[in-house]
Amino acid sequence: MDLTLKIWRQASATAKGKFVNYKVQDISAEASFLEMLDLLNESLVQKGEEPVAFDHDCREGICGACSLYINGRPHGPDRGITTCQMHMRNFKHGETIVIEPWRAKPFPVIKDLMVDRSAFDEIMQAGGYVSVRTGGVPDANAIPISKRNADLAMDAAACIGCGACVAACKNASAMLFVSAKVSQFALLPQGKLEANERVRKMVARMDELGFGNCTNTYACEAECPKEISAANIARMNREFLVAKITAPKE
Amino acid sequence: MVKLDAKIPHGPIAEKWTNYKAHQNLVNPANKRKLDIIVVGTGLAGASAAASLGELGFNVKVFCIQDSPRRAHSIAAQGGINAAKNYPNDGDSIYRLFYDTVKGGDYRAREANVYRLAEVSNSIIDQCVAQGVPFAREYGGLLDNRSFGGAQVSRTFYARGQTGQQLLLGAYSALSKEVANGSVKLYTRSEMMDLVIIDGRARGVIMRDVISGKIERHAAHAVVLATGGYGNVFFLSTNAMASNGSAIWKAFRKGAFFGNPCFTQIHPTCIPVHGDYQSKLTLMSESLRNDGRIWVPKSPEDAEKIRKGQMKPTQLPEQARDYYLERRYPAFGNLVPRDVASRAAKERCDAGFGVGKTGLAVYLDFADAIKRLGKHVIEARYGNLFQMYEKINDENPYETPMMIYPAVHYTMGGIWVDYELQTTIPGLFAAGEANFSDHGANRLGASALMQGLSDGYFVLPYTMQNYLADQIGVARFKTEAPEFEQAEKETRDRIQKLLSVNGNHTVDSYHRKLGLIMWDNVGMGRNKAGLEKAIALIQELRADFWKNVKVTGTNDQVNPELEKALRVADFLELGELMARDALVREESCGGHFREEHQTPDGEALRNDKDFNFVSAWEYTGADKEPVLHKEPLVFEYIEVKQRNYK
Ligand SMILES: Cc1cc2nc3c(=O)[nH]c(=O)nc-3n(C[C@H](O)[C@H](O)[C@H](O)COP(=O)(O)OP(=O)(O)OC[C@H]3O[C@@H](n4cnc5c(N)ncnc54)[C@H](O)[C@@H]3O)c2cc1C
Ligand code: FES
Repeated sequence: MDLTLKIWRQASATAKGKFVNYKVQDISAEASFLEMLDLLNESLVQKGEEPVAFDHDCREGICGACSLYINGRPHGPDRGITTCQMHMRNFKHGETIVIEPWRAKPFPVIKDLMVDRSAFDEIMQAGGYVSVRTGGVPDANAIPISKRNADLAMDAAACIGCGACVAACKNASAMLFVSAKVSQFALLPQGKLEANERVRKMVARMDELGFGNCTNTYACEAECPKEISAANIARMNREFLVAKITAPKE
Repeated sequence: MVKLDAKIPHGPIAEKWTNYKAHQNLVNPANKRKLDIIVVGTGLAGASAAASLGELGFNVKVFCIQDSPRRAHSIAAQGGINAAKNYPNDGDSIYRLFYDTVKGGDYRAREANVYRLAEVSNSIIDQCVAQGVPFAREYGGLLDNRSFGGAQVSRTFYARGQTGQQLLLGAYSALSKEVANGSVKLYTRSEMMDLVIIDGRARGVIMRDVISGKIERHAAHAVVLATGGYGNVFFLSTNAMASNGSAIWKAFRKGAFFGNPCFTQIHPTCIPVHGDYQSKLTLMSESLRNDGRIWVPKSPEDAEKIRKGQMKPTQLPEQARDYYLERRYPAFGNLVPRDVASRAAKERCDAGFGVGKTGLAVYLDFADAIKRLGKHVIEARYGNLFQMYEKINDENPYETPMMIYPAVHYTMGGIWVDYELQTTIPGLFAAGEANFSDHGANRLGASALMQGLSDGYFVLPYTMQNYLADQIGVARFKTEAPEFEQAEKETRDRIQKLLSVNGNHTVDSYHRKLGLIMWDNVGMGRNKAGLEKAIALIQELRADFWKNVKVTGTNDQVNPELEKALRVADFLELGELMARDALVREESCGGHFREEHQTPDGEALRNDKDFNFVSAWEYTGADKEPVLHKEPLVFEYIEVKQRNYK
């Protein structure tokens, strides 16, 4: 199939960006979306032009590196998958595809379609862990965990940290990302001891980093490539409330 | 000449590690603060090492290419991690895990290292559970296990089809904790360009910030390379796009010996190649072989009809199918080790029984398992893999068998290390897939995750202290030293050279060509003529690369073409070493199959008399032939036999 690509080009974080149109021809329906971009880039290099920069690595939907708004939707039109998992059979011959970077204040553009998501690492550093050291821990089967809770924790832990939730939200809220981590640990006995402190610190860091409030639109849940449930946000709100009530007085 | 000393501790095998730890040198807490360690890589090996060393009180700097440590290639591991817990009470033990690993590796691994790996495997599971890794559980609340190839027990722990992700997120959270504590400093989007040696010891690295292009110098008392495997030398592999061999290649060029470079694992269950625009291959986890049955049509005529689309696989009656693994290997059936399964698939396809449009595919069929267990059970076990398959192939594997074919997956070879995971350069350590250590000529499924975490959580935090104990008097290094100056200059020159060639061919076009040479000649079947041809072809391609490659852009900006070019330039050297090693090893063992050396029924034929050693290659200069050193392997606790999975 032949396609027109309308791609956001921006030379650097400080440069002004703009849309540029490109034509690609003879794209196989079996190719992945990123392979289609590879073909575009290969042709640009051959012409001596600068290829389009975009983040990617695993190309199988697990590392969370790829991003992109495709025709206005994070990770494109198909549900429950990342951009790298999307195949060109989702598009029609002659179509124009608009490709943009995540647009959210806490994720500044680095170049073209690449953005800086280090804010997520910073939120994790604020409390996204159980404070155990290597060694000296009990036998793995010493603490039985109900299958139900283990499964729910796994559902939450499946988050790949891609940032689609933030990109989908009109307020650039990171509630789905943060609540997935908070929920995973809140559901497990290992995480219980530090639960109050964890949620307080992670939420505080999230606010400091400029992520917006959650106004219960749940675009995040709809666009999440791993279909992380917004029920995690409700769970985090409960955790947060408890943490507030029990907070030590300053 | 350098003498290879594996530094294996004395004593019975079950006591070696305990003895080592009891007698090694330690560094006291006050002195740890004065010692700096660089860890390159944040996969399972790097993240676990950096976190654990930071907890101990060392000053750690950790680097990765991706924008976050959580995106290291380990994240993609699907199936699981082995441990000798024997929770299912099915006869497992540390000895059995040790035995299976040595046998699975076709008796080309060092006994002492493998025993230690099996020994610490149980602590890994404990550690990960304590961190909150949500492993699969049974209804009673205890941990669940599954089986993997090459074992007759169920010893694999898993977190759905995302075990690597969950283990890496566990290590990443431990790392994040240490970053918050200030003991670890994190550098993302940063790629290692060179290793710096001062007075014969590893003392630092040259890094390139991939956003600004800035070349940076970092000094330390010791350096750990945990930079993963080099399977991408084949261009198409299951590895992530940024996986590369450059860091270890730089170490090789600075004097670290390279162990068993030709030992490559070709994984039997991957989605077949479908077009020449393809950028990578996708693995379908080995765990699928627990419930899926592998087959091709019994008659070439049926295979032909299926290839032409005149018949569907589901229309072929049971008696017209050849479940060739069950037929050839009744004892292990579909769960034979990877090398055996891959070769068997290639054999059937080469003989004209392959399916799919290209004829380079076999079926992995779940119809029986679905009938026996119900669709919901299969969905719970493999749902995400089935979904992944459907997205790529546009076919529903619940209704029609999957198509699979072998693909490059893992490199058992890597930087040669001794028992302490130290390379031949003092102060330089290698961990995870980057070293050659534990898997011999073939790695068993679910053992890479085990090894990466063993190295990082439980081995390096001990053995590095043994090295660092006499470094406490060595003051922090200044990066103005001439050795840093020189290494930085070499890096800048190399980048400049790549940018100034300005030829006509893209970096990817060279990478693809190299991949084809490797796949055809240094892949699943190897022979003398092919390997000699490969060496000549690679030399030609390398010369052409430096004359005709086109790298757009400049150094002082985000420049993915330059990043790729730097890696491909190294692959073009590494590929040749792999072919050389394969040429010298005149035997078949594990993933290394020399067509000249096979049994009458086509099984790998080892030659223990002449090749019972680890190849350790020494760099001797550009365009000079590398020198082969041999580390003899001694088997005291395992009887060396012809591997038999029948
Ligand atoms: C699809 C797939 C599935 C797998 N499934 C399993 C499984 O189920 N069980 C199992 O046991 N094994 C599995 N494996 C193998 C296993 O995942 C890997 O061997 C293992 O994760 C490697 O870990 P590592 O820490 O050594 O390296 P990696 O995870 O590859 O990490 C390498 C790190 O080094 C950094 N790095 C690399 N080069 C440089 C450089 N030049 N400069 C700076 N940083 C650099 C990277 O950024 C990264 O942080 C699988 C592999 C694949 C490909
Ligand atoms: S590239 Fe890894 S999730 Fe898309």
